[in-house]
Amino acid sequence: MSLILSTRGLSKSFQGLRAVHEVDFDLPQHQVRALIGPNGAGKTTFVSMLIGRLAASAGRICFDGRDVTDMPAHARVALGMAYTFQITSVFARLSAHENVALAARRHLGADQDAVEAEVQEALGRTGLADRADALAQDLSYGHQRLLEIAMGLAQRPRLMILDEPTQGLAEGEIAAFKALIRDLARDTTILLIEHNMAVVMELADRITVLNFGEILAEGTPAEIHADARVQAAYLGSGGDD
Amino acid sequence: MSRIVALHLGLVALLLALNFLLPAYTHGNIARIMVLAVYAIGYNIAFGYTGLLSLGHAMFFAAGMYGTGLILRFSELSALPAWGVGLACGAGLALAVGLLALRTAGVAFMIVTLMFSQAVYLIILYFGAFTRGDEGFVIEAADRMIWGLDLGQPQVRYLAAWALFSVVLLISLRLVRRPAGRVFVAIRENELRARLLGYDTFRYKLLALVISGTISAASGGAYALLFGYAGASFATVQYSIFPLLWVLLGGAGTVLGPFLGTLFMFYLIDIASGLTEAYMLIAGLALIGLTLFAPQGIAGVIRARLWKDLP
Amino acid sequence: MEFGPYLMLAMLEGAVLAAVLALMASGLSLTFGVMRVVNVAHGEFYMLGAVIAWFVAHLVGGGAALSFVAAAIIAPLAVGVLAAAADITILKRIDYDPERTIVATIGLLYVIQQVTLMTYGPDARPVEPPFNSRIALPWIEWGEGGPSLYFPWGLSTTSYKLFVIGAAAVLILAIRLFMTRSRAGLIMRATQLDSDMATAFGIPVERVYAAVFGLGAALAALAGVLIVPIQQAHYLMGGDALLLSFIVVIIGGLGSMAGTIVAAVLIGMSDGIISVFFSPTLAKIIATLLVALVLVFRPQGLFGTRDR
Ligand SMILES: Nc1ncnc2c1ncn2[C@@H]1O[C@H](COP(=O)(O)OP(=O)(O)OP(=O)(O)O)[C@@H](O)[C@H]1O
Ligand SMILES: [Mg+2]
Repeated sequence: MSLILSTRGLSKSFQGLRAVHEVDFDLPQHQVRALIGPNGAGKTTFVSMLIGRLAASAGRICFDGRDVTDMPAHARVALGMAYTFQITSVFARLSAHENVALAARRHLGADQDAVEAEVQEALGRTGLADRADALAQDLSYGHQRLLEIAMGLAQRPRLMILDEPTQGLAEGEIAAFKALIRDLARDTTILLIEHNMAVVMELADRITVLNFGEILAEGTPAEIHADARVQAAYLGSGGDD
Repeated sequence: MSRIVALHLGLVALLLALNFLLPAYTHGNIARIMVLAVYAIGYNIAFGYTGLLSLGHAMFFAAGMYGTGLILRFSELSALPAWGVGLACGAGLALAVGLLALRTAGVAFMIVTLMFSQAVYLIILYFGAFTRGDEGFVIEAADRMIWGLDLGQPQVRYLAAWALFSVVLLISLRLVRRPAGRVFVAIRENELRARLLGYDTFRYKLLALVISGTISAASGGAYALLFGYAGASFATVQYSIFPLLWVLLGGAGTVLGPFLGTLFMFYLIDIASGLTEAYMLIAGLALIGLTLFAPQGIAGVIRARLWKDLP
Repeated sequence: MEFGPYLMLAMLEGAVLAAVLALMASGLSLTFGVMRVVNVAHGEFYMLGAVIAWFVAHLVGGGAALSFVAAAIIAPLAVGVLAAAADITILKRIDYDPERTIVATIGLLYVIQQVTLMTYGPDARPVEPPFNSRIALPWIEWGEGGPSLYFPWGLSTTSYKLFVIGAAAVLILAIRLFMTRSRAGLIMRATQLDSDMATAFGIPVERVYAAVFGLGAALAALAGVLIVPIQQAHYLMGGDALLLSFIVVIIGGLGSMAGTIVAAVLIGMSDGIISVFFSPTLAKIIATLLVALVLVFRPQGLFGTRDR
């Protein structure tokens, strides 16, 4: 199986604080990988470097066999990465429809029919079809999270990075989300940051645990579940909230 | 034809009809307002749609005005090609300024554009031997001819202003409904998100600024041709503030806003200057009042209250 | 006059400009430093200082010295109160949004300028300095018999100009002490570091902002009072002063007091010296382009380090 993403020695420090330290990470194609770790472990920082939102302090990133370390974020997205924000970042004063259309138009261009079809599909799969005309800022928090995911879908990425997508979703919405990811996983690689262990255990093929900016463990859900160091890391920081 | 297109074509038709109906003084004013509204439309592309708050657009207006005027003064070219040179000057200047200024954002962008524009103003003064400095120069009637028509003649002047305004209005309407225009709005609303959707936001901002600068130059060049004068006062900070004021008043990020704002502010100042020498007081009060109470402007309020899809 | 003495004269004139500029720019830098807003009406506060000094001189009477002292008290006070009022009625309501603040203060600029035009009129009017004796300056010449002192014709300054330099230096030192030593200064600096935190600690941030905005404006007014015996008061004098202050504050590093003062001295002195070599217009072109490029390539200023 070929690797879609790999990092070597990837590091980031903020004024001396080592948020991510020398991470070597490999992600094969068509896997659902969960990235877990206590609050402040460096998960968001790590994926921010993958997408190019933050510049790495050191190390290299390869996507699909190409070194993308020095590429600007938009170029990485053009290569097939997509990213949804942990802190919702939608176009608040634009309609849900337009939010998703912006995501679709980047790869579909001026073909209005194709864009429209893509938008309808993404809104449909996330259960937002009847909210298409609402302004993003008028959506409930859970719906805004789903809109983030719909924007990700509409980009048709080959690697989808989701930063805590289920945060703030209701039980029913989480169930729908799990179905959506399983469906999506058939043709997309997924890197999922998630605190909800039930979701992780159910969706992930493999799990990587980050602690204090370093990889603590990696393995199947069962292996991670049994790992004493992982349990210690979580207990040490006050549980899996 | 959608209601939106009909509305904008309706305005264009109305302005054409007014050519035959207006009394002489108002007729002249509306011609001037249409030319200046073109400047406001240009400004609105950068500020209203893309969120680039420039305090230096007078440099683009002046580039068009002096590009056109100096070519007529020192070469054998006729009015239309000279105007083309003016447009090219505006586009080139906007490209150069954009490549530098767009490395900054927000307040720094405002000050950088202000400084570049001030430099252009000073350069006009410095080369007084060609530009005649503060005094400016008159463009001879013989140079203000297009296809045998005298642009100084009121009817021709009005129709030329109308034609330019109509074309630019419809271009801006089309632009903001096209994918590129939608990306401009996305950048205004949340630049980081736009970038992470895969848009090269720097290039889009540069594109917006070049379009904006070129339209501003088109207005400056047309002003020189239609009113026969190029002067350094059009390059002062005040002429960078005016389009901001017009667009804020009319409604930033709306297609009709720039025209409405130019129209209302023109008459406000016209009335005030009949009453007092200190007519810029009105501009000052309007700026404060608009930021405090009506940041959406006229067309913005219409959009919020009456017509949600107004572009 | 020979070149050496001529250059020295230019430097002296430059030092006067530098002193006034440093005072005025400190005000701009203070508001930006604490409130993170750019006050475009700052030049008009300077102009108001000069115009008020003229009014005071003509209403108070009792001689140039007395009216100068009166103006130096009344002008900054009046302008400071006006600015604080503008802060409360305008800036506070738009939540100190950086871009909208600039637009609103542009409005304020026109209002102040035009109201001055309506009341004070379009003329430039002089104000008599409180004292003004001519001081001839010596020049050293390296002759055959070694160095010798002589007094070249035209190489002189006035006691008032020297006073301006001294007064500005003392005032700037006083502000520094106020900011670093006094309780009010500490509160301002705490607000500068983190306004949310300051609110949480019970600092009345809104009142601090009004006070800072007022203080910044008062410094500009004081600079206006100091310059008016040298330059005359005119309702449009704020424009150039604002531009120069911008240049100084940006080159010195936005919001850094020390950088502002170094830059003021540099710009003030070089303005005097450059205009010996170039036309003033060319000097201004170079200066404005330089500022733009500094903001593009070194936003922390020429001397600043990236601290925040
Ligand atoms: N821009 C920044 N400047 C300074 N420090 C930062 C910055 N961003 C993150 N940090 C620090 O880096 C560390 C890692 O943060 P990060 O957001 O990556 O953690 P996380 O694993 O995503 O946590 P959470 O589960 O809470 O989202 C934290 O200590 C955080 O305070
Ligand atoms: Mg995180």
